Amino acid sequence: MLGNVIGVLYDGFAYGMLLFLLSVGMSVTLGMMNFVNLAHCAFAMLGGFVTVTLINQFGWPFLATLPCAFLAAAAVSVVLERILFRRFYRAGDLDQCLLTIGVVFVSIATAAYIFGTVQQPVQLPAWIRGVFVIGGHNFGVYRLFLIAVALAMTAVLIASIEWTPFGAQVRASVDNQRMARGLGVNVDLVFALTFALGSGLAGLGGALAIEVVGLDHSFALTYLIYVLIVVSLGGMGSIGGTFVAAVLLGISDTAGKYYMPEVSAFLIYVIMVGLLMWRPAGLFGKR
Amino acid sequence: MARPTGSQPVDALAAEARWRPAEIAFWLATLLPSFVTPDYLQLAGQILITGLFALSLDLILGYAGVVSLGHAAFFGLGAYAAGIASKYGWGEPLTGLLIGGGVAGIVGYGASFIISRFRGLALIMITLGLNQILAEAANSMGWLTGGADGLQGVHTWLVLGVFHFDLYGVTAYWYALAVTFVVFLLVRRMVYSPFGLALRGIRENSTRMLAIGAANHAHVRKAFTIAAIIAGVAGALLTETTETVSLETLSFGRSADVLVMLILGGVGQLYGGLIGATIYMIARDRFSDINPQYWYFWIGLLLIAVVVFLPNGLVGGLKKLGAAIGRRGS
Amino acid sequence: MTAALTAKGLEKSFGSLIVASDIAFELPVGERCALIGPNGAGKTTLINLLTGMLQPDSGQILLGGEDISRLPPQRRVRMGLVRTFQINSLFPRLNPLEAVTLAVAERRGETRDFLRRLATKAESIEEAWGILKSLRLDGVCYRETRELAYGQQRLLEIALALATRPKVLLLDEPAAGVPKEESGELFSVIDGLSRDLTIFFIEHDMDVVFRFASRILVMVSGRLLLEGTPAEIAADERVREVYLGAAHHG
Repeated sequence: MLGNVIGVLYDGFAYGMLLFLLSVGMSVTLGMMNFVNLAHCAFAMLGGFVTVTLINQFGWPFLATLPCAFLAAAAVSVVLERILFRRFYRAGDLDQCLLTIGVVFVSIATAAYIFGTVQQPVQLPAWIRGVFVIGGHNFGVYRLFLIAVALAMTAVLIASIEWTPFGAQVRASVDNQRMARGLGVNVDLVFALTFALGSGLAGLGGALAIEVVGLDHSFALTYLIYVLIVVSLGGMGSIGGTFVAAVLLGISDTAGKYYMPEVSAFLIYVIMVGLLMWRPAGLFGKR
Repeated sequence: MARPTGSQPVDALAAEARWRPAEIAFWLATLLPSFVTPDYLQLAGQILITGLFALSLDLILGYAGVVSLGHAAFFGLGAYAAGIASKYGWGEPLTGLLIGGGVAGIVGYGASFIISRFRGLALIMITLGLNQILAEAANSMGWLTGGADGLQGVHTWLVLGVFHFDLYGVTAYWYALAVTFVVFLLVRRMVYSPFGLALRGIRENSTRMLAIGAANHAHVRKAFTIAAIIAGVAGALLTETTETVSLETLSFGRSADVLVMLILGGVGQLYGGLIGATIYMIARDRFSDINPQYWYFWIGLLLIAVVVFLPNGLVGGLKKLGAAIGRRGS
Repeated sequence: MTAALTAKGLEKSFGSLIVASDIAFELPVGERCALIGPNGAGKTTLINLLTGMLQPDSGQILLGGEDISRLPPQRRVRMGLVRTFQINSLFPRLNPLEAVTLAVAERRGETRDFLRRLATKAESIEEAWGILKSLRLDGVCYRETRELAYGQQRLLEIALALATRPKVLLLDEPAAGVPKEESGELFSVIDGLSRDLTIFFIEHDMDVVFRFASRILVMVSGRLLLEGTPAEIAADERVREVYLGAAHHG
């Protein structure tokens, strides 16, 4: 029983880290630009497909594909941001939702066209697929790798936002866009870079997700709901809140599926609705 | 028709509610399928039902400005309520609609106390969450709903004791048309009532409404409950004409689809839902003949195009076009 | 005679920032009272506290002698305490006739009716029309609000407030953004309103304040510095110092 608990916590935490990578960019763009980007998971899916293609078609090593997943997602997202999304920063929630869900639909169909509708197989190197044993419990190496990457990314993210000049501009833009503009911050550039960074992280998350949850053409929609739960619970714009919400959701979802597979989905939504009714701006949101 | 009162402002407001030629033409056009495309009456009936569902969403989204990503909850409730009633021995269609609408309305009234308190992302996620809770509940209560296999054993009696539901969907089409038209008349009346004006006020500026002493929450609750009833009627209509109910009626996919249709057609224009549903469902019917996988590509592109180029949907675009032609003519 | 509006010991702070401290005043019925003070003195916050858009940390608000401190904003409106906004807060896609009719119909409880046409509420519509006429907005009342000129939108703000039949009207910089030559005209329309109506207004233009106010409150950093007749205020050294000092900073 105790072994199960430890295993569930471990897997749940790893899953939470994945959700964090997938969600943090959306949370930041929502807090900063007030832009509801439902296409966020489409960038994650793009990262996943980049990794799959590089491994299966070109025989690249798994680790080398990860930066490419990040860069590809970042690059495509910034193009979309420049030509499409930025015109809608001042539009209503609904217009933003519809525009970006349109992008999701297009991405799903495109993925189905290129890759078909089957789960994408990926062969990872043997060292990462193994397990290690501590105190009689088995732990998957891959999940440890996932946790390490996510924590490293979180550390880099928080450090760069807290201690770099760019981070100061980001914080200023989140707090008060007009004031930041008045102080000479190039808000447009900050927006574009932040958007690219957030999407890049999602791309990385998408690549790392393949081994854990699989990848197919509908990934952009399937995981959207999870990401939305994390973002709305975490409180938009709050990196710390997103982290906590992702871990909570990761662990409770894993635990629910393990202990109460019948009603786990039901419980997740009950908890989400209950928490949002209690704190509409999220657990760590302002107001 | 309202009599002229001799008072200029009263007549001006009365004129806004008057039937326009385009509206009459629209309803005449709904009769066309039975003459022009008799092979497609099945589809025409489905379109009407979906259009009615979209109309109910328009009432809360287009008029009260409440974004719901979980409206299928009420469609599904109506569908299951009518289906279960029929399975256990009551298949009379008209009262079946009342059962569907009633059950959806009661649940909608309860939910409205939650909905009226929230806005923005929290509201979107709460409506979505409530929808998912209901869908999961229906899925796990297989003894009542039939679970993933769908509800079997639904049998609808004759309409008015005379017309039976035929294989070609003739009765289904006329029945759906009649119900949709009657409900539409009620909704239209509502939109041009003082209550409808209050809803538009909430949509335009809810803070200002509070500052003129308006009972925003009560208005939103009422609109939401009425929308839930209509969605339930639409769901019951689907059950009665297809004699089966599946979990899909409650799904997130259906909530999202109906929103997309309404946006395509135009929000807050009364006809947006019906027109959006027509285009969406005909297009899906056509495209899925070719390849169902790529259907989403076009619908996605269409959505982007509507948001970018036609902020008021197709109906809004047509109105603008009509106005421009009118100006040139005069 | 009972005062139209009374505030007693209102306090409000956001964290360590004190925005209202021990605010107390009385407005007799029919008073035209101006609230002046430098930017950031907490004038709009005070209006928000009075109307219930913000909850005070402590203190009491009485409307015609009745305690309204705990009532939600819309209840206070129905009891006769009504405000306008410094930044236009209107219904962009309703026309003025619809907007004012809406306000009248809300007051009369007619907006619950969802089965009769709007045009059947002829009395409400006529009343709205009368208000629009009195503010000289009848000429534009069939145009969408967003198409109106700025000054007309300011008047519509007031028309909406009047439609609720207020006892006390709180005007937050009614002439904000209106050219100086027109603001006098706007205030003479305001001044011409019924003498049963108590008006409390925020205004920066001292000419306007001294012309129209019968009483002036001066607010600085969340406190009432003093109150008095225009003559008393004009003669007060402290006011000059605070006001001109602040004006120098812009």
